[in-house]
Formats: sequence, C-alpha cells, structure tokens
Amino acid sequence: MSQNQQITSTLEPVAGNGLLHRRLFLTGGAATLGAGALGLLTARHVTAAPPPEVPEWMKAPGAPLSGYGRRSRFEAGVQRYVATPAAGTTGAGASRTPLERLNGMITPNALHFERHHSGIPDIDPEQHRLLIHGLVERPLVFSMDALHRYPMVSRIQFLECSGNSRTIIAAAPQSGTCGQLHGLLSCSEWTGIPLGVLLEEAGVDPQGRWLLMEGADAAAMTRSVPLAKAMDDALLAIYQNGEALRPEQGYPVRLFLPGWEGNISVKWLRRIAVTREPTMTRDETSKYTDLLPDGRSLMFTFEMGVKSVITSPSPGLAMQGPGLYEISGLAWSGAGRIRRVEISADGGESWAEAALTEPVLSKALTRFRLPWRWDGGSAVIMSRAVDETGTVQPTREALIAEKGTRFAYHINGIEGWQVAANNEVTNVHV
Amino acid sequence: MSTSKWIVAGVCAALTWPLTGGSQEGPNLGIEATPEEIAGWDISIGADGDGLPVGSGTPSEGASIFAAKCAACHGLQGEGLLNDRLVGGHGSLATDNPAKTIGSYWPYATTIFDYVRRAMPYQTPHTLTDDEAYAVTAHLLHLNGIIQADDVIDAQTLPAIEMPNRDSFDRVYPPTD
Repeated sequence: MSQNQQITSTLEPVAGNGLLHRRLFLTGGAATLGAGALGLLTARHVTAAPPPEVPEWMKAPGAPLSGYGRRSRFEAGVQRYVATPAAGTTGAGASRTPLERLNGMITPNALHFERHHSGIPDIDPEQHRLLIHGLVERPLVFSMDALHRYPMVSRIQFLECSGNSRTIIAAAPQSGTCGQLHGLLSCSEWTGIPLGVLLEEAGVDPQGRWLLMEGADAAAMTRSVPLAKAMDDALLAIYQNGEALRPEQGYPVRLFLPGWEGNISVKWLRRIAVTREPTMTRDETSKYTDLLPDGRSLMFTFEMGVKSVITSPSPGLAMQGPGLYEISGLAWSGAGRIRRVEISADGGESWAEAALTEPVLSKALTRFRLPWRWDGGSAVIMSRAVDETGTVQPTREALIAEKGTRFAYHINGIEGWQVAANNEVTNVHV
Repeated sequence: MSTSKWIVAGVCAALTWPLTGGSQEGPNLGIEATPEEIAGWDISIGADGDGLPVGSGTPSEGASIFAAKCAACHGLQGEGLLNDRLVGGHGSLATDNPAKTIGSYWPYATTIFDYVRRAMPYQTPHTLTDDEAYAVTAHLLHLNGIIQADDVIDAQTLPAIEMPNRDSFDRVYPPTD
C-alpha cells in the first residue's frame, strides 16, 4: 500500500462521532488536513499573528547559567492543587498533580502528588537511621552513608493514592479539572535498594511473615507489609527522577511498593520490624479499608486496579471549535502492563483502540493517544483500559454494583467528559 | 562512589526466595543494634498486645486528659469537631450514613493505644506518658460503652477486649485463588 493510500485509509472514522485510526498521526496523515487543523489543545490563548521577525529575546544575551534550574516563568501557573487541611491539622491532607497540564508518562518531582498525615519532616540525613529488627537473626541499623553504598536499581512506576477519584462514586458528577478529580496519581523513575537485600543481611526468621514499616514524620506513620511483597519488588527509594527524593516524597529514604496503594509506601522510613502477624495499625484498620453495603469491610486491598483517564480534552482545557484533536490520557494497573486502551466519543456506543506511547512498562503510567475529528456537537468521551492479565477497567455502574457507594478507596470506574457545542468540557457520569 | 564492584548475579542471589539466614553477597554495612537501642525505637503494639509497656489508666483519669488535650479537635464527648468523630455510630455501618468510629469500626483495642501514643495530640505527639496513653485509651473505650467507668486498662486487659466490629473484616490479601 502506498503512503497516500495509507493516509487516506486512516482518515476514515473507526468508531462513532469522529474517532480516527490510531496510526493517523504516526503516518503523517494529519499534515494533509492543513497545518492549522491539528488544533492540539492548550489552555493558553492562541494568537493568530506570528511573532516579530526578530523578537526581543533575540536582541540581547539571555539569562546567565544557574546552579539549579527552574521552569519558564510562563509556566508558573502549572501548580499542584492543594487542599486546605482542617483547622488544627496543619500539614495534613493532600495536593494533587495537574494531570491535564502535563504530557508523557513521567511526573515532574515538583508536581508529584502529596499525601501527608502530619506534615513534612525536615530530616537531617546525617542523623537519620533505618532500623531492621523483630524476627531477625541480627537486628541492624543503617546510616544513609551505608545505604548509599549498596547496589541500586531503577524502575519507572506509578504511585496512586487509594483514595484517588472518589468523585466517581458521588451521586452527582463533581466539577473540577482532571487533576482535581484524579490527580492523586504520579509516575517517576525510582532508584534505590531492593529491600530483600537488607532483609537477607538481617536474616529473617522463618516465622516472620509481615513487616511493620514506620516513618519518621510526626504521625510516625505505620503500615504492615507482607514479607512476600517485600521480597518480590519492594524498593527502598533514595532517588526520584534522578535526584534525591524531595522532602515531601520521603527524603532521605522511603519505601516504594510498585502497584500498591500509595499509603503503604511509607515515607521517611526509619524502622522495619519483622513480625508474625500484621500489626493492625490505625491506617490499615480504620482508614484504608473498604466498607461494603452489608456493613462488612475489605481489609488489605493493596493492589491498585486497572484504570485510565483522559487528560485532554478535559475540564478547564476549552475546545477551540470543530476540527482535529488528539485525545490523550493515562492508563495504569497495579497488576502489570497495560495491554490495550479503547476510547469512545459517543458515550460508550462504539470504541476505537488508542495508540500506546512506548515504553509500555509494568506498573507504570502508560500514555495513550487517538486522533479525533470533532464536529462541534455534543460528545461524551471516555477511555477503558485492559491490563496484561486481561482485566478490564469496570464501568462506574459495575463498580457500584459490586462495592456500593460507602467505600472510599480503590475507585477505578470509567468516568466521562462531556464536550459541549460551546467548547466547554465538563465531568459526567457514564 | 563506585558500584561497579557489585556483581549483578550476586544481587539476584541475595533476593532468592526462600530466605536463608545471613547473606554472603550483600555489602553488610548495617551495624548490629543492641536491645537497649531497639527498645527506644520500638513503639508499635501488636494486635495481641505485644509491646505494651508497664503502666495503666482508667476512664476517669483519661477524661481530664482528653478534655485538656483532645476535645478541641474531637469534641468533649468524642463526637467529632475539627477532626474525626471517635464515639458512637454503633449499628450504622450498613446504613446510608455510616459512622466509622473507634467504637463502631475499629477492630482492635490495641490500635488505640498504639496510635494515641505515636501520633496524638496532633500538635505535640510523643508527649503523653504511658500511663496517660492508657488512660486516654480507657476513656475512649468507656465513651463507646465498651468498658465500665472504673475498669483498669493495662498490658493485660487491653488486648483481651473484643471490639464490636472485630469480625466484620475480610482480608483480600493474600489472594485465595
């Protein structure tokens, strides 16, 4: 097939309401529609006039070098959404990643979501120690200098708070941007020491089956972790995206448990106690458990389910009239790799397969994209992810049928965006 | 700092399951901790009461501490104010307005002592004595109708308490299939 024939075929809709083939942008077919037709979404005002031939910034030398870089002042508006904590609990609460203002799969460190239970401790790494004790042959204390001498590994993996996207099960659709609704989600390259190496040195007693993890924050945050997970893929993370962890991400060392609810990746890690049974801490009993309609609750619901969200178009990013757009979003699963993402532009009547941007990594955010020719009319866009185990992201209806509406964690149902003729995009239940 | 001397195969060997005592491959840079050092760090309390310190407290002793140090956020009767409601809600979990309190929801009484001693009061954690933490725990159990006003809470009595919602949790991990 010639290049022209290929382009022609990719311009045919592959699903209802103008969804085009995922290879359109890759084959260059978009160019045939005219340079201005791409209409990629941006929240900024689009100026029609070109810049002057010799703009001001070309008429004098620019800024000098700097020891630590910073972003353009024109991007200063891209900020985490910081929730105001209850009075008397300064430092507790969450901030959310502005997903709709980012692209790719990596979250910049300064925009990684936060969830703290008693603020961010100001830890001096010279004084910080990690103790491993309990059911071990040799209880051991590690300084940060010692930990830095261990062989390290790097992995790109997502972290999602298990309380993310709570609004999906709200009775009425909540207003907010993609980040405000789903932004307790980030993805980084984490570098550190496989936890199993240190446990091996301490010598775990055969009766040891769980690990109590304790942080050095003012909440002395604690969670119990199964030994099997610790030996599988747990990391003592020291670096995030190449630089030392930020204080709000657990400096100088945090636990990182790939694919599991964020709360259990205890930050500012200072103590690991090997135990026979889970300790039954406050967070794993009274907080991060799921209350079902019959009054019973699910406990140790660690793994984050397969899920996806469309980051663009999304609320707050106004459309710019009919034309060609890229629908783009993020998909992830605590069970492994994303196998497939499908997109609907007609409220779920028909679906088209999206292109996945390489690399597609296990327990990492995966960027998906699909061209869409919006005719300017009302449309409901939504995405549906399938992971490598074959598990399909559930509909909101199926999720509520299974777990009711009183649970507050692990909410991975499909949510939609309503695109209206007046260019507005709003949240809608589908 | 060079890590090139660490052979990848050695790291993999160290991760081999099942665990077999000490490792020959690891850098072994940990310093052995003494029981005295561990005692100062080990503040967690097992669901079986493991780790509970010497000391005791009663609801009446806890009431005055609670009024002074806890009520501003949780209400004088634990009804919830700026922060979590701690009392009541019995029988509400299967209704449209579930109240997940210590009395209605928390499965283990030992968790109260553990959490109060490690993280409360919010502005000044680690300031309660062990006796005070026992007393506040006793007061919260009494407010929830779980113990009597003159019951003594200590390392023996606390883990013996059967919380009302203890048997209403189903463990998802480990998976059964």
